Amino acid sequence: MAVKKRLNMRKRYELLTRGLAWEPSYQPREKVFPYEDFEGIKITDWDKWEDPFRLTADSYWKYQAEKDKKLYAVMDSFAQNDGFLNVSDASYINALKIFIQGVSPLEYQAHRGFAHLARQFAGEGAQIACQMQSIDELRHIQTQIHTISNYNKYFTGMHDPFHMHDRVWYLSVPKSFMDDARTAGPFEFITSISFSFEYLLTNLLFVPFMSGAAHNGDMSTVTFGFSAQSDESRHMTLGLGIIKFLLEQHEDNVPIVQKWMDKHFWRSYRLLGIVSAMQDYMLTESPLSWKEGWKIYFEDNAGALFNDLSRYGIKMPKFHEVATAEADHLSHQVYSVFYAFSHAAGFQTTVPSAKKMDWLSEKYPDTFDKYYRPRWEMWAEMEKEGKRFFNGGLPLDCQVCQIPMVFTDVVNGNPMKPTHRVSEYKGDKYHTCSDGCRDIFENEPEKYVQALVPPQQIFQGNCGGETIPDVLNWYHFAADDGGEYHGSTDEKNWKKWHGEQSDSGSQEKA
Amino acid sequence: MSVNISKKAIEPIRTNFAYTERRVGKRPATRYQEATYDVQPTCGFHYRPVYDPSRELFDESRTAIVMEDWYAFMDPRQFYYTPYVTTRANQQEVMEKNLSMIEKQELLSTVPEALKQLVRDVVIPLRHVEYAANMNNQHIADQGYGASITGVAAFCGFDHIAMSQYISKLALALDDNEDNGLIAAREAWMDSPDWQPLRALIEEVFVVDDWFETLVAQDIVLDGLLHPLIFGHFMKEVTAKGGIPIAMMTAFMNDWYPETIRWTNHLVKVTAKESDANNALLAEWTKKWVAKAEEALKPVAELAFGDAGAEHLDSVKKELIGRLSKQGLKV
Repeated sequence: MAVKKRLNMRKRYELLTRGLAWEPSYQPREKVFPYEDFEGIKITDWDKWEDPFRLTADSYWKYQAEKDKKLYAVMDSFAQNDGFLNVSDASYINALKIFIQGVSPLEYQAHRGFAHLARQFAGEGAQIACQMQSIDELRHIQTQIHTISNYNKYFTGMHDPFHMHDRVWYLSVPKSFMDDARTAGPFEFITSISFSFEYLLTNLLFVPFMSGAAHNGDMSTVTFGFSAQSDESRHMTLGLGIIKFLLEQHEDNVPIVQKWMDKHFWRSYRLLGIVSAMQDYMLTESPLSWKEGWKIYFEDNAGALFNDLSRYGIKMPKFHEVATAEADHLSHQVYSVFYAFSHAAGFQTTVPSAKKMDWLSEKYPDTFDKYYRPRWEMWAEMEKEGKRFFNGGLPLDCQVCQIPMVFTDVVNGNPMKPTHRVSEYKGDKYHTCSDGCRDIFENEPEKYVQALVPPQQIFQGNCGGETIPDVLNWYHFAADDGGEYHGSTDEKNWKKWHGEQSDSGSQEKA
Repeated sequence: MSVNISKKAIEPIRTNFAYTERRVGKRPATRYQEATYDVQPTCGFHYRPVYDPSRELFDESRTAIVMEDWYAFMDPRQFYYTPYVTTRANQQEVMEKNLSMIEKQELLSTVPEALKQLVRDVVIPLRHVEYAANMNNQHIADQGYGASITGVAAFCGFDHIAMSQYISKLALALDDNEDNGLIAAREAWMDSPDWQPLRALIEEVFVVDDWFETLVAQDIVLDGLLHPLIFGHFMKEVTAKGGIPIAMMTAFMNDWYPETIRWTNHLVKVTAKESDANNALLAEWTKKWVAKAEEALKPVAELAFGDAGAEHLDSVKKELIGRLSKQGLKV
């Protein structure tokens, strides 16, 4: 018998996978891969694609099954032992409500989006990487559903996340973000999701939620978070891999990719505004401030990354300096919107406790005491007098990011001056929150005029009726899903379970 | 000694998510149901796809099949991610044991060379067919409507890529880890007259736009003929001629096929039952693709069985039609 050749992992993977694809000859290539060219990206050789994972299907099954076995064991034991009783405080659960309503549905969309790439990319290496990510994303939404399922039995606001995601005003921020990427061509989608979101900014989403969960005793969420992280590291490799591949394939790709990076950096950054509010205000115990996270995960990491990419002629994304300047203000501005409109939200808010305000002063020495503490103290006073502040009107939302217009001209040293911008398209005026969003609008007005901006949709009667209760009903919000945390069902139940006296109305919590 | 662990009972405020309660009532939903029912977005789409501006991001009109409720179909295997990978990991464990025994005992050296060559000719080019089957299932996972269908299509596609890799492993094993078998099979796939009708058929499936028609052509018809023909009938002959180790290396396919037709059977049943129009359309597609696939598979069947090829092909065709009529399809 002949001596058997030894194959290393890389060679073996290549032999098993490469050469599966072929150049179609019975059908025109442009019919088989109809979306390969229209974005202007030029691919000269798909074989130059470096497989980032080199995972064969059988090893994928093995690794993933092993991970899930551990994950579901933790989940089951958490449920059996009423693990939810051990979180720091019921107010912490509001972060999970935002997660299941706002983030989990994005995982589902990513699953479908990567299936689209797995079909439309013409190289087998890229296809297989994308299809693995596609079912990874399915894993993520499903493990999130199963983790939250237990919380849903004991807390408000998590009972109908997918219905809510398609309809609710503040959830149009994440939904429009993902719809934007999904309705773009395949190369823009992967630049948006794999690079701008997952490679560049994912830690800013992941660390606040997962180490937030760890600091607040939520071991169930920590477990799914860390279990997902090993998938995420594969996805990040894909994100950087695809960018280098595109940049190396043809120099004409460089300006196109740069434009997408600019756009999706800003889109992702605006979306993360919601995370900043959650991180600084909604976590009972905050492990890290938004500003600190931005410094580590964007300023330091992205600086190094873009240094590396500069050899292709790629520059830091446009308006990155605005985002960095805003780090002192972002969470305060966004949470104040949540506070003022939480009567129409699927989570509760409250004035930060004295302890929390001191933490914010310490983390934001240049801005919190000067601009934001006075307002919280005023709102605390109003609450004490039984006049908890809610904004009864409807906000004006940005046509692009769909966040109400709260952003200010921080980068030019005018934190009290709004950066509301107006553009005209075909005789109509469109409002955006910032230069970043205005740029995006003006580059593709025909896309953004289609946006279903929630206040306008409500005025047009497309959201279940004319009154706020009609709209909330259409959202499937129950009466105790939103509003003030003090006195809420969640707070009352929490105290009952812990044998404490209910003291609704008091805003001091240890 | 019995231990009495006292635990403070805490009354939950609800049993289910609202979206599963609407489906299953107050009784607790299963994890499969939680992971599947109504998870796909249905409205509130902000922008039309730039590559398909006549439709919404998720749009029922991407197929001519009409369903009142797309979740009328639920996977009888109840696959969501975890049971899917767990089931496959267990199957892979068996495959690994088979392979390791074949290697350790040098079992392939007992297989007659002529038989090995026949397997190289008949089976190895199928890695390209499996690869294409993956692409077609990714099309369904991408364009389809309803998380219960698109999820199983995503898994089915993954299975096909796995099978293309199992076939590639077989090729390497037959040739002591040299890639000449892979190269020869690729040349046959690209140029040999035996394989061109099938390659032409597969390229035709690539350009089908209606995702449900893709599903009929790929998962119901083509798999429904090719898998029993090769991994059933042909492997039986291979086994009889002294090729047990080869059959062991494709054992995954033998388990996969009867498992997979559970969901395609059920899908046909539910969809055909919905309306006469659905039934007629499914029947039309089935007939169309059975006719095409039968033509395309003739030279492959001949390659595998010689003069008996037509007979084997006819037998798997009858089996397929019989199975589909049992589901209520008027074929």
